[in-house]
Amino acid sequence: MRTQDKHSGRTAWLVIAGLLAFMLLIAGCGSSDNSSTGKELTKVGKGEGSLSLISWAGYVESEWTKPFEQKTGCKVSDKIAGTSDEMVQLMRTGQYDGVSASGNASARLVEGGDVDPVNVSLVPNYETIFSELKDQPYNTFDGVHYGIPHGRGANLLMWNTNDVKPAPTSWDVVLDPKKAAKYKGRISAYDDPIYIADASVYLKAHQPDLGIENPYELNEEQFEAAIDLLKEQRPNVGEYWSEAAKQISAFANEDVEVGTTWQYQYFELLGGGKPVAASPASQGFLPKEGATGWSDTWMISSQAKHPNCMYMWMDWIVSPKINAEVAQFFGEAPAQSLACEQTAEKDFCTKYHAENPAFWKRVYFWETPVSDCGNGSEDCKNYNDWLNAWTAIKG
Amino acid sequence: MEAGTAMERRSVGHRLAGLFHGRPRLQAGALLAGPVGWLVVGYLGSLAVLLIAAFWTVSPLSGELTRSLSLENFETLFNEPVYRDVIWRTVRIAALVTVTDAILAFPIAFYMAKLASRRGKAILIVAVLLPLWSSYLVKVYAWRTMLSSGGIINWALEPFGLHGPGFGLTAVWLVMSYLWLPYMILPIYAGLERIPDSLISASEDLGASPFTTFRRVILPLAFPAVVAGSIFTFSLTLGDFITPRLVSNSQFIGTVVFNNFVTNLPLASALALVPIVVMIAYLLVARKLGAFEHI
Amino acid sequence: MRLSRRSALLLRLAVGVGLAFIYIPLIVVAIYAFNSSNILEWPPPGLTLDWFPKAIENEFAREAFVTTLKAGAAATVIAIVLGTLASLAVARHRFFGRETISFLVILPIALPGIVTGVALNNTFTQVLGVELSLFTVIVAHATFCIVVVYNNVVARLRRASVSFEEASADLGAHTWQTFRYVTLPNLKTALAAGALLAFALSFDEIIVTTFTLGASEETLPIWIFRNLFRPNQLPIVNAVAVIVVLISIIPVYLAHRLTREEGGAAAARGGRTVEAEATAVP
Repeated sequence: MRTQDKHSGRTAWLVIAGLLAFMLLIAGCGSSDNSSTGKELTKVGKGEGSLSLISWAGYVESEWTKPFEQKTGCKVSDKIAGTSDEMVQLMRTGQYDGVSASGNASARLVEGGDVDPVNVSLVPNYETIFSELKDQPYNTFDGVHYGIPHGRGANLLMWNTNDVKPAPTSWDVVLDPKKAAKYKGRISAYDDPIYIADASVYLKAHQPDLGIENPYELNEEQFEAAIDLLKEQRPNVGEYWSEAAKQISAFANEDVEVGTTWQYQYFELLGGGKPVAASPASQGFLPKEGATGWSDTWMISSQAKHPNCMYMWMDWIVSPKINAEVAQFFGEAPAQSLACEQTAEKDFCTKYHAENPAFWKRVYFWETPVSDCGNGSEDCKNYNDWLNAWTAIKG
Repeated sequence: MEAGTAMERRSVGHRLAGLFHGRPRLQAGALLAGPVGWLVVGYLGSLAVLLIAAFWTVSPLSGELTRSLSLENFETLFNEPVYRDVIWRTVRIAALVTVTDAILAFPIAFYMAKLASRRGKAILIVAVLLPLWSSYLVKVYAWRTMLSSGGIINWALEPFGLHGPGFGLTAVWLVMSYLWLPYMILPIYAGLERIPDSLISASEDLGASPFTTFRRVILPLAFPAVVAGSIFTFSLTLGDFITPRLVSNSQFIGTVVFNNFVTNLPLASALALVPIVVMIAYLLVARKLGAFEHI
Repeated sequence: MRLSRRSALLLRLAVGVGLAFIYIPLIVVAIYAFNSSNILEWPPPGLTLDWFPKAIENEFAREAFVTTLKAGAAATVIAIVLGTLASLAVARHRFFGRETISFLVILPIALPGIVTGVALNNTFTQVLGVELSLFTVIVAHATFCIVVVYNNVVARLRRASVSFEEASADLGAHTWQTFRYVTLPNLKTALAAGALLAFALSFDEIIVTTFTLGASEETLPIWIFRNLFRPNQLPIVNAVAVIVVLISIIPVYLAHRLTREEGGAAAARGGRTVEAEATAVP
C-alpha cells in the first residue's frame, strides 16, 4: 500500500506540474488585444443611451450632465480618479467610453492603444477652441488628433491664513528644507510620481546651473537633484494626497496647513468658510518660480461601447455656455474661446489668463517623461524611472 | 416489490452509484475533481502566472509586457534600499499586531470559554462577531477621524496635557490591531473550549495555583489556537494597503504592489512574491504546531 | 475553574477594556451617522436623523447592497459545494496528498488579499481575456470561502461515526441515498455555520473585489470606498454602515442559536462544542 501510494504520489505531482505548465503556456501566448485600429468615427449616429466616463474631481457635475442627458438621452456615469496612473489603469480595462486625460496619461494611452483618434470635424465646437490648445504634443500624435481640449490650469500653492505667516510667495515654503521645517508635519504634497516635476520647477529657478529646461526632461544629474530635494521634504510632509476630498478634509481639520492643490479644493474650502488662501490673481496665481499645471484632453476609448454618446459629450463639454460653467466651477481657463462671453464674472477669462499665452510660459503642463526627450542623447529619465524614484522618495 | 421490476426501474443515479460502489479511489477522485481542479488550475495557476510575470519586463510608455525572461525586477528589489525597508516595515508591524492581538484576545476568549454563564457566552459571542459585519472601510475611516488633530483621541487626552499619536506607523499598528482582533479571539475561544474542565480541575487538585495552571496546562493547550489566529492577523497585515494609506504616509508591501500594478506589473509581481513566500513558510510552521486543527 | 477574587476581577476588567476597545470606534461611527455637518469634527456640532432616510433612499447604496447580497449568496453556494466535496474526500477516504488538501484550501485566504487580487485580475484580463464583472468577483470570493466551509464540515465528519453510514449501506442504500439521508442531515449545522461565515467574508471584502469587479457594478464595500471621501456622502456612508450592523445582528444571533443546542450537550461532556467549531473560523 505504501509503495503504491508513493507511486500515485509522484503521478499526482506530475499531473499538477503538467497543469501548471499548461497554464504558463497559455500565459505566455496570451496577449491583450487592445490595440487601437487607428480608426475614427466618420459620422455621429444616434446616442446609445448611456455613457461611462473617467474624470478628475469637479469635471463631471450634475449641473451640466443633467441637461446633457435630457438633450441626448445619454445617461452619464462618472468615475473620479485621483491620479493619471489610475486613469490609465481604468482605461486599460476597456470598460469606459472616455477620459479627461492630462499630458502624463495621454501619451501612454495612445502608445498602449487604449484610445482612438478623434475626428475633430465631427465636433463642431472644436473650431472655436483657442488655437494655442490645438495640435499640442499632449493631444496630437504624429499629426493625428486624439482628443478635444477641456481646459487648462496651474497647480496652486494653498495655505491656512491663521497659521502660515507671512503669506508665501514662493514654493520654498514647502520645498526649501529650512523653511519647510517650520511647518513640519503639516505640509500637503501630491501623491504621484509627477510631483517630481514640481521639484524640478523649483530647482530650475533656484539652481540654474543644473540647466533644467523642461521639468519633465531630466538627465541623471538633474533627476538626482530633484529626488534629493523631495527626500528632504519627506519628513516635513503631513500627508500625501491623491483624492481631492481627502485633502479637503485634511485642510478643514487643520491636519495640514500648506501645500500644493487644485482650484477645486480651494473653492470647496472657501465655500465651507475655512481660512485658506492661495497665490492671488495679482500674482497670476503662481508662486515666483512658476508651477506645474495641466491641460486636459477628452479622449475616446478604443473599446468604447457608446462612441456616439462620447462624441456628443465632447461637443457638449466645449460648447460655449457649458465650457464657461465648467471652467468657473473648477477654477480653470476654458478651452473654448467663445466661453469667455458666457461667464458670470465678466473678467473671468482675463483673471484666468485664458487668452494670455505669456502667462502659460510659466506653467509646465503635465507631460509623460520619456527617454527620448529630443536632446539627442536619449538619456532622459522615463516614466518607470519616475515611478521607482517616487517609491524611493516616500520610503 | 418484485426484484425484476426493481432492477429495471433503477434510476440513473442508482446506476452511477453502483459505478462508485467499492471503488474508493474513484469516489475520492470524483469528489476532489471539482475543488482541486478549481484551486489548482484556477488559483495556483494564477499564482504561477504571476510568478512568471515577475521575470518579464514592461515598456514604460505603452505598458506592453516583454515576455522574455530577465532578472531585472529582482535586481531592482534587491538593490534599491527602499524595497527592503518597505518589506521589513511590513513584517515588523505584522508581528507587532499579531502579538498585540494575542495579548488582547486571550483574556476575552478565556472569559468567554471558561467563566461566562451560558447567556453571558451567547452575548459575548454576538458582541465579538458583530464588528466583523461592519464595513472595514468605515472602521478605518472612523479611526482616521479619531486620530486627526481635532479628533476624539486628542480631545480626550488634552485635559491631561497629552496628545494622541496622530497619523503614522503607531496609528497603523493601533488600527490593524483593532481590525483583526475578532479573528484572533474566535480561534482562541474555540481552542480554550476544547480544553476539558476536568483537566483544569485535576491541575488544581494537584495543588497548582491558578497562575501555574494557566502557564503549564492552559497555555500549552491553547497555543496552537493562538497560532491559528496569528495566521490571519499576520497575513491580513502583510497585504493591507488601505489602512496605511488612510492613517499614515508609510508604504507597506501592499502599497507598493498597488502603485506599481498598473505601470509596472512585473515589478509588482516580483514584490508580491515576498508575502507569498513568507506566508507559505508561516503556514508550514503553523501546520507543524498543530494550528490547522484550530482554524 | 477557581480563581481568586482579585484574579477574577482583573480578568473582568481586561474583558471590559477589550470590549470597550472594540466598540468605541463603532460608537464613533454611529455618532457621526447622526452628525449634522458634512465635515467630521469632534465633538459634532449637532445631531440629526436625516441621514438614515437619505441612506435608505439612495439608489446607488441600495443597488450596491443587493449586488453584494447576490455575490455573497452565489459565492457561498459554490463554496458550500466545493468545500463539502473536498471535505467528504478528506474525511472519508485515504489517498495521496491528503494532507496537502488542507494546505491548498487555506492558501487563498492565508495569502494576502492583494496577492490573490492581482493574480486573479491578471489571469482574467490577460490570460483568459475575460472582462471583469460580478461573475469574476463571485469566482474570486468563492475561492477564498471554500476553506471556511471545508474546515467546519471536516471537523463534523471526523466526529460523526462512520458506522451510521456503513449501517445505511448494509441496509441497501446506495451512495447517494446514504449521503442524502444519513450524512447530509448530520452536516446541516456545520454547513449553516460555514455558510454564514463565508457570506460574512464575502460581504465585507474590499481588496480582492477591487481587482476583480467590473466598472458597471458595485458591491457595498466598493460603494463605500467611492463615497467615503465625498464630503456630502460621508454621513450617508456612516448611516449605511450602522444600518448594516443592525441588520446583521439577526444572522449572527441565528447562527448562534443554530449551533447552541448541540453545543450545550457537547459542553456538558467537556468536549469541544459544535458552536466552538462553528465560530472557530475567521
